[in-house]
Amino acid sequence: MTTLTEPAVISRRKFRLPLLIWFSVGWLALMVVVAVTGDLWLPYDYQSIDLRSRLQPPVWLEGGSWSHVFGTDHLGRDVLSRLGTSIQISLLVALLGTLIGAVIGTLLGLLAAHFRGWVDDLVMIGIDYQASIPFIILALAVVAFFSNSLLLFILLMGIFGWERYARITRGLALSSIQHGYAVAVRTLGASPWRIYGRHILPNIANALIVNMTLNFPQTIMLETSLSFLGLGIQPPLTSLGNMVGFGRDYLLTAWWLATLPALVIFFTTLAFALLGDWVRDKLDPTSR
Amino acid sequence: MNLLYALQKLARALLTVLLIVTTVFVVLRLSGDPAIYVLGLDADPLALDAFRHRWGLDKPILAQYMQFLLNCLQGDFGYSYFEERDAIEAVMERLPATLLLMGITGLFTLLIGIPAGIYAALHRNTWIDRLTMLVSVAGFSLPNFVLGIFLIMLFSVTWQLLPTSGSGTWKHLVMPVLTMTVAEAAIFARFTRSAMLEVLNQPYMRTARAKGLRWHQAVYRHALPNAAIPLVTIVGFFVGTLVAGGVVTESLFAWPGLGRLLVSSVANRDLAVVQIIVMMIACSMVLTNLVIDLLYGWLDPRVGSLRTGD
Amino acid sequence: MNQQATTVLSDTPLLKVRNLHCAFKSSKRSSLFGPYTLIHAVNGVNFDISPGEAFGLVGESGCGKSTTAKLILNMARVSEGSVEFRDQELVGLSDKAWKPLRQKMQYVFQDPLGALDPRMTILDQVIEPLIIHHLHDADKRRQLAQELLHSVGLQSGQLNKFPHELSGGQRQRVVLARALILQPELLVCDEPISALDVSIQAQIVNLLQQLRRDMGLTLLFISHDLSIVSHLCDRVAVMYLGQIVEMGPAKQIFSDPRHPYTQALISAIPKAEPGAECERITLSGEPPSPADPPAGCRFNPRCWMATERCREQVPALESDHSGHAVACFEAKIHVKEVL
Repeated sequence: MTTLTEPAVISRRKFRLPLLIWFSVGWLALMVVVAVTGDLWLPYDYQSIDLRSRLQPPVWLEGGSWSHVFGTDHLGRDVLSRLGTSIQISLLVALLGTLIGAVIGTLLGLLAAHFRGWVDDLVMIGIDYQASIPFIILALAVVAFFSNSLLLFILLMGIFGWERYARITRGLALSSIQHGYAVAVRTLGASPWRIYGRHILPNIANALIVNMTLNFPQTIMLETSLSFLGLGIQPPLTSLGNMVGFGRDYLLTAWWLATLPALVIFFTTLAFALLGDWVRDKLDPTSR
Repeated sequence: MNLLYALQKLARALLTVLLIVTTVFVVLRLSGDPAIYVLGLDADPLALDAFRHRWGLDKPILAQYMQFLLNCLQGDFGYSYFEERDAIEAVMERLPATLLLMGITGLFTLLIGIPAGIYAALHRNTWIDRLTMLVSVAGFSLPNFVLGIFLIMLFSVTWQLLPTSGSGTWKHLVMPVLTMTVAEAAIFARFTRSAMLEVLNQPYMRTARAKGLRWHQAVYRHALPNAAIPLVTIVGFFVGTLVAGGVVTESLFAWPGLGRLLVSSVANRDLAVVQIIVMMIACSMVLTNLVIDLLYGWLDPRVGSLRTGD
Repeated sequence: MNQQATTVLSDTPLLKVRNLHCAFKSSKRSSLFGPYTLIHAVNGVNFDISPGEAFGLVGESGCGKSTTAKLILNMARVSEGSVEFRDQELVGLSDKAWKPLRQKMQYVFQDPLGALDPRMTILDQVIEPLIIHHLHDADKRRQLAQELLHSVGLQSGQLNKFPHELSGGQRQRVVLARALILQPELLVCDEPISALDVSIQAQIVNLLQQLRRDMGLTLLFISHDLSIVSHLCDRVAVMYLGQIVEMGPAKQIFSDPRHPYTQALISAIPKAEPGAECERITLSGEPPSPADPPAGCRFNPRCWMATERCREQVPALESDHSGHAVACFEAKIHVKEVL
């Protein structure tokens, strides 16, 4: 029976085995490679239907063949190709979404810090408002009330998480503006543009990048969840969530249709989480 | 806790609710003509006019807004075209199932997550700690439908122990609860651990030892109560993730609750139902936050007063 | 005696401050529904600074000296009054009109680390003012910055370092260099050495004196440290609770302080000779808050000479023929007694 031990002198939490970090980096690198080069080597077009080889199992099971390494779905489409394309689309959407969110959030944060007054109040209300409701509900409502286009969806991904960028930017900009070099450069005669562009933003960049490493995987999770529900990326486009959603009904008969994309999602989000934690620990040891 | 503090929080909550209801109204009106949604684009213009008149859509916008508010207060939230009955009925029918799922999940989350976090904090940097944190990272970084798929693969397909979907017996409850609990408990474990660690490092812990208290006494009497305070703040976040998780989990397991209703209503453009559910969720979040604010004010003497001299 | 007294050394003062006020609403209220209390950080300040002069502004923390400096350079809002620089009115100027003036008036901060951008090398930071005001080309800018950094005592090897790699004294030299590269006429220094070690303080003060001579700078030096001010400045003004209570040539102020507050401050300066007579005047009572100033002369609750009149009326700043001004009813009497 272990007795309760006293905590030793404070040291940073360093339980990340480097092995896991290698795995994370490796997996994410693989994903990027697939996304970037996929068009060159994926065997089939993700939409090509082959009704003669429907629901073919992957090559390592009985009935599988090397012509469809990961098997086919109910329309005879090659699972490997669809996986590859899904990775491309999911990553692209998440990237665009994160960037849009970062730009909108940072801009609003700066505006709030610079103008104060009602502009600041408005932005703060927006931030509180957004943080108070689970975003997926908001997303569902938007999809319900408006159309289902891809453009709208990407914008939605962008709006997810803007409030964290805004909060960070506003806070750091405010403290910079009130004390220190921002005031000093102002007395030198610099214009606000110069102060924000040359002085404040570069100093905030670190915190923003850290936030991006948090935001990106969250965006992926949001997109896959919505696509899984059938309300995200719509057919004929495919996404990882999509594939799981459609494959769910075949779990008993053709389990690979849902499980393989699920595994890809699992490894990807896990890799981001492990890597992100580790990077954050390195960049800013004071934050837990 | 100051009365002024409580009143201020209450006023803010009410204002937020009003804001939510108004936003829903605005979005509803912006999203297009309900008449066309229901009757179709090719419908006879006269029929469209009759529809609009029937539902008061031809009145000025302010009158519509007032009517809307009035309806909400009276519990009349519109008609579900898909289910062909009052929207509120459709929602109320599904509510118990969701409450059941969330309740049990919440219970297990607290029972598993908090002790795990405390244990990890007390055994800092040992393999127990590292394992717990690793598992919890995996837990909450995983979209819950992915976990659900894996569980189904394991319990339904491979071992054939549990049904893949539906409701009715306790067997149907196991996997949905498990799916949601893992993510939530992971969050709690991590948060509890850091709250405990912060508290354990405070000078008053050393003072407690100096007073002669044995270690576990100091933990129970000083560390735990103080660590509880920041935990209160994540309850709001927790409810939010419960709701979000519930939507996806219910859809995956075909659990007949509000989450599943929401998704199908969105797919079917059954706006009245969507509207109610969104408002209900938003209002319960506001309520939760209000309770937390009040609780926080009561628990933490540093927070609960709104002094005029400051 | 209605005119506020001001002392002028030459005919055209570089800086003229008249009836300067800075009041702002605090977040406190006296009662739940009453108005927010108004804090008068600066309450009717008048002085002139002549070209080439070193003018010291002293007082305790919270007396308004820093705020006065900020008001002059448009870093805080003026509620009332006027500030003229070479006969040009500064209060109410647009941002655009301020830009050329920035070249002529510069500010040195108390905290050198905070005043420097942590991500830029010190060379770049000294070059930056030249870029902002579109002066010279890149090579010339570099050269000027390097020369100036050398003249403030920094070596070539240090020019590419970042602020956190330098010591406090070195950083303050960088801040000085940055302020001086535009060759301003007026340099406002707000507690520039308080954050530094005592041994370094002397170095910076010497540097300032040297720069004054070399560049013909006019200096407004703000500090709570009287011994430094007595070394550096030609004239001194003593502030208490937002008002100037005594002003005049530094020698006179220090050898013959007339206002009781000044006397208390000066008595607290540690004397250089051990065993020398040390009559410290300790002030009684709490320093009052600017939100709730006492009636009459603001110093009266702590003053050992206070009379009934002091508690009811506010004394005006009155000057004698030598330019030594004091705002105290009892000081006059005392002086007359001595004479």
